[in-house]
Amino acid sequence: MKILVLVKEVPDAAVEKTIDPATGQIDRSGEKALNPYDTHALEAAVQIKENGADVSEIVAVTVGPDSASRTLQGAVSRGADRSIHLSDAGLAGSDVVATGYALAELIKRESPELVLLGQQSDDGGSYAVGSVVGEFLGQPALSQVVKLDLAGDVITAERQAEYGYDTVEVKLPAIISVGDAINEPRYPSLKAIMGAKKKPVEKLTLADAGIDAGKVGTAGSGVDCSDFQKPASKSGGTIITDEDTAATVEQIVAWLDERKLV
Amino acid sequence: MADILVYALAHEGQVNKNSKGAISEAARLAGELGGEAHAVLVGTDLTDELAQQAGAVGATKVFTINAPEGIAATAIDGIAALVEAKGYDWVLFGGGLLGFEIGAGLAARIGGGVTVEVTDIKVDGGKLVAERPIFGDTLLSHSNYKSKGVIVARTNAFEVKETGGTASVEAFDAPIGAAAGQVTLKVRGEARGADVNIEDASILVTGGRGLGTAENFSVADSLAAAFGGNSAVAATRAVVDAGWFPYAGQVGQTGKTVAPKLYVGLGVSGAIQHKVGMQSSENVLAINKDENAPIFEFADFGVIGDLHKIAPALTEAIKAKKG
Repeated sequence: MKILVLVKEVPDAAVEKTIDPATGQIDRSGEKALNPYDTHALEAAVQIKENGADVSEIVAVTVGPDSASRTLQGAVSRGADRSIHLSDAGLAGSDVVATGYALAELIKRESPELVLLGQQSDDGGSYAVGSVVGEFLGQPALSQVVKLDLAGDVITAERQAEYGYDTVEVKLPAIISVGDAINEPRYPSLKAIMGAKKKPVEKLTLADAGIDAGKVGTAGSGVDCSDFQKPASKSGGTIITDEDTAATVEQIVAWLDERKLV
Repeated sequence: MADILVYALAHEGQVNKNSKGAISEAARLAGELGGEAHAVLVGTDLTDELAQQAGAVGATKVFTINAPEGIAATAIDGIAALVEAKGYDWVLFGGGLLGFEIGAGLAARIGGGVTVEVTDIKVDGGKLVAERPIFGDTLLSHSNYKSKGVIVARTNAFEVKETGGTASVEAFDAPIGAAAGQVTLKVRGEARGADVNIEDASILVTGGRGLGTAENFSVADSLAAAFGGNSAVAATRAVVDAGWFPYAGQVGQTGKTVAPKLYVGLGVSGAIQHKVGMQSSENVLAINKDENAPIFEFADFGVIGDLHKIAPALTEAIKAKKG
């Protein structure tokens, strides 16, 4: 079986995220990283293969600017056999439905049995793209999965839902978004990092992939989120750095005491 | 169309509190639009009594769709057919995992826009505009919809308002598609681990991933014990999923909502999903070695440092103070 893993380049978590006032879109300049949740999806794909399933190949797929190629290579070093990179100026301003449509079109070209992705991204954080992809493919999508077992063409997935843990069986093909509790991603070896540079990359434009340009980008999106405001500032708390633990504890106790909490 | 449809999640004979909040909010918004709030229930044991729980918080009409509960694919088929048949422009969800899944799939199906984690909704020019905090709540994004809009609230965003009204109830037959047939819900709402009570505690010591191991929860236990009285230990989702703490003690979007007099976060990063479950706490004390942890944005007193050094010392200091 073929597994596709959807990955995304996001601003490095340590970098302050801002909006470009000219375009109303997330300022994506600055340090970049592979979305941390996606490393769990890649690890899950590799573990399915290691656990004896007949996995013909693992393909990493991303939608993003040309500069995302390094991040995509990083994803490949975590166990993919090849990668697909959709990059086109016409994608700018795509909402989650438009992005999901573009991803679904890429997936259709590959017909995988299983699509894995991280349950949320560090920047947009919409938790929603897997469900949109599933909808456009006519396949079921499960999100926030923290345990996954494959037997034949059935996946048994566990996740926390509204009332506790749910156990769900889904017959493939399907889309599964994973949470960070599903596994501990391994760091790629130096050999894998070097090897990733030699793995095939397919670079596609919208036209190459047969994606309807009218259904993506700002024009193809059903919602415009470009109106931003700063929230009313609330008085910040007291933040101290622990240098002398005895003194720190004294300050905490004084703070608790003032509020009659001890 | 000025009417707003709300997905009412129900389980074991109760409409979910967040769904009720969404219905009340929809009733307010529909009033401004000149329409009504309607609710839709999906399940196999939908009673009139259940439907009237939606009526009592603001829905004037409740549709029931007889299909398995707890599966997004099924609900998308049913609700999309209802939206199509009745011509709704707006669909509102109270949040939660199914809210995200159904809402996103529904938006794709009906050709609308979708916004999740919404904390406020306004009427502007006869349309709904959804407000969503982003980047760790440091910025507010506003969603303007071109045509149809699907709005998924953040957990606990909207207050339940009892109106004492009653709704007309109508069964709606919807064809369920092939994707839904691939999914079987085997277990729903399993509570793993011991039953712990965190909602009634006035002092709550919460352990996060920063504790490092399950054994290190003893640090949180000792601190809670030192506070004495009505104190308890709770946990974040990450450590519950890792099996370090029982599910019943989880604070956050998929766990409990707490509002103690004092919340102490030990190695808690303060992700939004956790924050929504504890932001009504009167006083928030946070100890975390990561100075970039979001919890420092909303802690009343934050200590950047090693909890394994500070928490035991704090435990001793509190014990000494209490004599």
